[in-house]
Amino acid sequence: MKYLDEFRDPDLAEKLLDDIHRLTKGHWAIMEVCGGQTHSIIRNGIDQLIPSNIELIHGPGCPVCVTPLEMIDRALAVAARPNVIFCSFGDMLRVPGSEKDLFRIKSEGGDIRIVYSPLDAIKIARENPDREVVFFGIGFETTAPANAMAVFQAKQQGLTNFSMLVSHVLVPPAISAILESPVNRVQGFLAAGHVCSVMGFWQYGPLVERYHVPIVITGFEPLDVLEGIRMTIKQLEEGRAEVENAYARSVNYEGNTPAQKMLADVFEVTDRSWRGIGEIPGSGWKLSAKYSDFDAELKYAVTDIKTHESPLCRSGEVLQGLIKPNQCEAFGKECTPRKPLGATMVSSEGACAAYFQYGRFAELTQDVIHLEQV
Amino acid sequence: MCLGVPGKVVDIYEQFGTRMGRVDFDGIVKEVCLAYLPEIEVGDYTIIHVGFAISKLDEEEAHKTLALFRELGLLEEELGVDEPEHAV
Ligand code: SF4
Repeated sequence: MKYLDEFRDPDLAEKLLDDIHRLTKGHWAIMEVCGGQTHSIIRNGIDQLIPSNIELIHGPGCPVCVTPLEMIDRALAVAARPNVIFCSFGDMLRVPGSEKDLFRIKSEGGDIRIVYSPLDAIKIARENPDREVVFFGIGFETTAPANAMAVFQAKQQGLTNFSMLVSHVLVPPAISAILESPVNRVQGFLAAGHVCSVMGFWQYGPLVERYHVPIVITGFEPLDVLEGIRMTIKQLEEGRAEVENAYARSVNYEGNTPAQKMLADVFEVTDRSWRGIGEIPGSGWKLSAKYSDFDAELKYAVTDIKTHESPLCRSGEVLQGLIKPNQCEAFGKECTPRKPLGATMVSSEGACAAYFQYGRFAELTQDVIHLEQV
Repeated sequence: MCLGVPGKVVDIYEQFGTRMGRVDFDGIVKEVCLAYLPEIEVGDYTIIHVGFAISKLDEEEAHKTLALFRELGLLEEELGVDEPEHAV
């Protein structure tokens, strides 16, 4: 397939790797922000092919993983209501809430439907005028234009039986939070390519200046990730800190302006807490006042939520790059993709799930791996 | 979640006042929303995420990037003997 095979060419990967080895002199820690990149890195073994003095720290860029526990519990409460059709991206169904997950609610009789696009939820609302349709609107800037369009269309079509539980998160404030942390080790960032396809990269200039840290916009295919690493290392070795674009076929400076216009209309910035990490100021979007009729949080005032996180789970440290997934005691034992204790074991973009899927059981014996994988 | 897949626009039409279309992902054709790419035309490639086209793929930039990869390390090698012939 055009634009896929070309960026998976093993000969070119070899050249990029050679150049990375040639360039790298110091010890460097680089964070790939996006879970899609974490997946690509582990799947292709990129972390094992690059020089051992480059450490890749896996970032918090998996929206499924960072959706706060209170929000999952709220979703569970709404989804359990008899008149509600609860629509969600498939990834969210196994995310553990305090007591249950959406799959459990479904098996207990809840009408939960997996949709591919938020517009599918609009269609369901149109076809079921006597039911209430709620869509779980999660994601980063990449997904936000789709969710915004669904709300916009609901208003335009006068759908009063549609609402959205919004838990959007934003990348630039998360990068600031990581860099402000007293335990931060990250010296350069691979910025998330598709977030930038929507938002452009005008937001990153101030970060680079303020923190003197290279930020390289990076795609998802193996060659894209290698080029992102190569450009970041080059900057670090030369003592530069700039915003550079290693994904120019999909990203330009301005980004997608019609999408940004829609986002500015439908959403407004809010403080958001990230699961395992805590509150980051200004790091989320909620529906703007103009669209508050479609806000499921207001429509279904779910109070008395008492959250309870598994005491074994160290996903907060995983999400902040403080430990690798296989350093968690529960990894591959009490916690597997089939029975996840934390959200990072659910989505294939969660670091724990990626490590499990590609057999990174550094701390386990062969026997255990065998048992868990059958 | 932020997974985006490239595909080729094969059809463009309106539905409920929104610009929609069909995109071919290597044989699998799906309906997608094209509202955010008012300039995209049939035959163009685009990145699709959760049923929405978010960016038009820039052919020229793709070629430039690939050309840059091919040239890496050429100075150290003997004048491009390793260069693959089937340039894309
Ligand atoms: S392996 Fe499981 S329990 Fe451990 S941090 Fe990851 S999700 Fe949490």
